[in-house]
Amino acid sequence: MLDIDIADLKKISELIYQKYNYDFRNYAMSSFKRRVLRILELKKMTVDGLLRKLTDTPNFVNEFLDELTVNVTEMFRDPSFWRIMREEILPAIMLNHKQFKIWHAGCSSGEEVMSMCIMLKEMGILHDVTIIATDLDVNILEKAKSGSYPAKNMELNEKNYIRFQGTGNFKDYYREENGNAIFHKELLANVSFRRHDLVLGDIFNKFDLILCRNVMIYFNQTLQNEVLKKFHESLFKYGYLAIGSKESLIWCDYANRFIVVNNEEKIYKKIKD
Amino acid sequence: MNKFNLNNSYKAVVIGGSAGSFQGVVKILSQLPKGFPLPIIMCLHRLKHVRNGFVEALSIKSVVQVTEPNDKEPIKKGSVYLAPSNYHLSVELGNYFALSTEEMVNNSRPAIDITLSSCAYVYKEKLIGILLSGANRDGALGMKHIHERGGTTIVQEPSECMIDTMPRAALGVTKIDHTLRTDQIVEFFKELDKKYR
Repeated sequence: MLDIDIADLKKISELIYQKYNYDFRNYAMSSFKRRVLRILELKKMTVDGLLRKLTDTPNFVNEFLDELTVNVTEMFRDPSFWRIMREEILPAIMLNHKQFKIWHAGCSSGEEVMSMCIMLKEMGILHDVTIIATDLDVNILEKAKSGSYPAKNMELNEKNYIRFQGTGNFKDYYREENGNAIFHKELLANVSFRRHDLVLGDIFNKFDLILCRNVMIYFNQTLQNEVLKKFHESLFKYGYLAIGSKESLIWCDYANRFIVVNNEEKIYKKIKD
Repeated sequence: MNKFNLNNSYKAVVIGGSAGSFQGVVKILSQLPKGFPLPIIMCLHRLKHVRNGFVEALSIKSVVQVTEPNDKEPIKKGSVYLAPSNYHLSVELGNYFALSTEEMVNNSRPAIDITLSSCAYVYKEKLIGILLSGANRDGALGMKHIHERGGTTIVQEPSECMIDTMPRAALGVTKIDHTLRTDQIVEFFKELDKKYR
């Protein structure tokens, strides 16, 4: 059985931190271990081989990050979440602000950003919203920026869109070319994609809504706590935070500065500075 | 009365199942001894986009309410857990759950191999792994890990399974301690329960 012990995992995260300033030291152990094992298998390497390659070949770190971070997502994941966004959360924000700002934290290849833009377009407010989408991984940001996805993923995305009860026709948002679905440029016109590290990065703006769904599940509780503090600081008072449907913040220090707006979809509202 | 040669050092039971396993799971949960002392962690293949309903269906006849854990939720004795739809379910050292949205494994998310292997890692010889009816090979590798870490392995008797691919795959790759019909698995739980009284 191919296995790796915790001491070796720590060596790897320590090396990446010291040499490249990426901090995986507080990542959840079970998934971090699987990701590293996956890389060893893909690259046919031993732990020592991996440590050597990371030490000797600085370019390798981007490739390593690309495989280490989880970039599996789908458009309109959890259609019921998107319905609540459309019918409750965004209308509540718009009561007070005609124009507002959204942060997709840990946007990966951008499926969630694209879902948001499609929804905003259908609501007729795409141009009233400024979106900042961030990720740690520069390669995946390039992918997100391109708005181009494998056409074979569209079946699932369209199914989700139909369950979300989108008001248009999903196929109208892209054209197919060489096995890719290329989404219309206009959809991402107000989106700025930036590299940002949730763990080591600073607060950079204030938002009315932050989406960070199924990102913090890869962090341990210490790190979740720190990241929640950053989100708290990055939200306007009465701003909203959406996390994954099976995540919870109740054990975080800052939990009492939020109220639960929707428990099923894990949408919180900042009520205290 | 000591058919299975059990003791009271176990920390958890993990159950994997796919096509044709629902009936078996219901039968086991409905005849679970009251106050059964161990957590039961289940990973059953299910529809990816249907978030609600499954846990309720399993709970109707179950002695204990079945719940889908949140990420980082502590694992409690006597609770019955089900891997939520579209997430992999793992156990962490420190005895709490971790969820992930990683790639599908064996075309599945939740994947039984992931749940079983992480349980094997955390509970070692203090784990009982049970693999029920199913139409693919998910879970076989996980059962192998449980055996290698010293845990007890059980598969549902293939002739009783609606689809026997899954238990047969496990029998093919590792040592299985007991091959049991569902009613014998129920007996197994009763005998295990007595060890803790």
